Amino acid sequence: MTHEEILQGLYDHTLVGHAPEVKDLVNQGLADNLDPEKMLYDALIPSLEEVGARFERGDFFVPEMLIAARAMQGALDILRPLLAETGAKPVGTYVMGTVKGDVHDIGKNLVNIMLEGAGFTVYDLGVNVAPEKFVEQVQEHEPDIVGFSAFLTTTMPMFKANINALEKAGIRDHVIVMVGGAPVTQEYADAVGADGYAADASTAVRLAKDLIERKRSAVPA
Amino acid sequence: MDTVLRSRSRTVVIGPEHPFCIIGERINPTGRKAFQGQLQAGDLSQVETDVAQQVGTADMLDVNVGDPLADEVGLMAKAIPMLQELTDLPICIDSSIVEALEAGLSAYEGKALVNSVTAEDERLEAILPLVARHGAAVIGLANGDTIEIEPEARLEMAKKIVSAAGDYGIKPEDVVIDPLAMPVGAEPRAVTSFLETVRLIREQLGVNTTCGASNTSFGLPGRHTLGAAFLSVAQSHGLTSAIMDARAPECVDAVRAGDFLLGRDEWGARWIAKYRAEKAAAAS
Repeated sequence: MTHEEILQGLYDHTLVGHAPEVKDLVNQGLADNLDPEKMLYDALIPSLEEVGARFERGDFFVPEMLIAARAMQGALDILRPLLAETGAKPVGTYVMGTVKGDVHDIGKNLVNIMLEGAGFTVYDLGVNVAPEKFVEQVQEHEPDIVGFSAFLTTTMPMFKANINALEKAGIRDHVIVMVGGAPVTQEYADAVGADGYAADASTAVRLAKDLIERKRSAVPA
Repeated sequence: MDTVLRSRSRTVVIGPEHPFCIIGERINPTGRKAFQGQLQAGDLSQVETDVAQQVGTADMLDVNVGDPLADEVGLMAKAIPMLQELTDLPICIDSSIVEALEAGLSAYEGKALVNSVTAEDERLEAILPLVARHGAAVIGLANGDTIEIEPEARLEMAKKIVSAAGDYGIKPEDVVIDPLAMPVGAEPRAVTSFLETVRLIREQLGVNTTCGASNTSFGLPGRHTLGAAFLSVAQSHGLTSAIMDARAPECVDAVRAGDFLLGRDEWGARWIAKYRAEKAAAAS
């Protein structure tokens, strides 16, 4: 197989969630001296972006998104150590959790897997995460973004509590805050002072990239 | 075991020997932008349409007026009497805010179903006394501070809720367990685990069961077809009610056909009457 054929194969098999084929192709590429970064940026990430686009158009559905992201994760498990060696930076880092008092995690996990598939490093704090825990983890990992998930109207006010805790710790401006969950709306996200809200996993990934881009271009490195 | 719910003038029974209880899910602002805006403005007029669309098919109506930018407690206090003027169907008072449940229960005339309590200690301690004081029945979600996939773990949560209810003088027949219907598109075992949990609850606790049936088909095409198939298998495993889309003929028909096939609609009297009513409606 030529390098072009391997890259095309990675793109095609990731798109339809064929995890074993994706893994085999990654190993084949490595054996054949294909650059890991090329596999990531020229095949895997574009494939997941296409999955996201199809999902947003209503052509792809939740299970298809999940298996594509899992196929991508299988490839990343192999590539990550190699990418770290070359000093390649992740697309972004993300600290994520379901807010205190809330134990729902299906939506959060969907967003996590799509973020990882897009090349983000994700620190998942799980469910029922207290504001202090978010603060501590943001201080420790210094992520680009922290994400709060809530599934209940009663736990949504924790968004504000979390943001207040970040302010109190003096790190609100260091991190982009995104919020989401079934009952959450753009209006509510604005009201609590979040930087971003998305209605589904695919849009969340696109928005996360946009927000990081905007922040990086606004602040000269 | 029969769970009896009442409005001022109508009684509905949830139980394994009775037709499946359809609890209409429509009065809920989740995912309904216009309705959210109206609730924030204190406007409940949409409820009238929502009731009209469900009364022919639902046995009970769930009411949820939760929006974090609205006065949910005040809205619930207003919505209950309004609903009781619009319909004689018993009501399922749905909120995660204890004060809203209390406002709803205080305004309700009859015996309501409260949606819901979980197996978490602080929720049990806050909600069960209210249910007991108002002589209501309650839905218990089979989760604690985590949501488990294993049926045995969910059964333990259900046992804890039934036992805690007993401590407040609430009888097992007034506890309806929700074994947790989750999206099958995100978890391949969601439905098999659900069905096994229903079976365990039926055999070991004998209490009635309900669920948010529409969750199952989240993120998938053909939602009503999937919903109908889910309801049929769940019903045959012993599920006795569901909070579901009473506006979807596929789902309602699946449940009513199930009643007949499973021996809860003798000689198909209701099934045939429904056909006749639809035929008459089409002709007029």
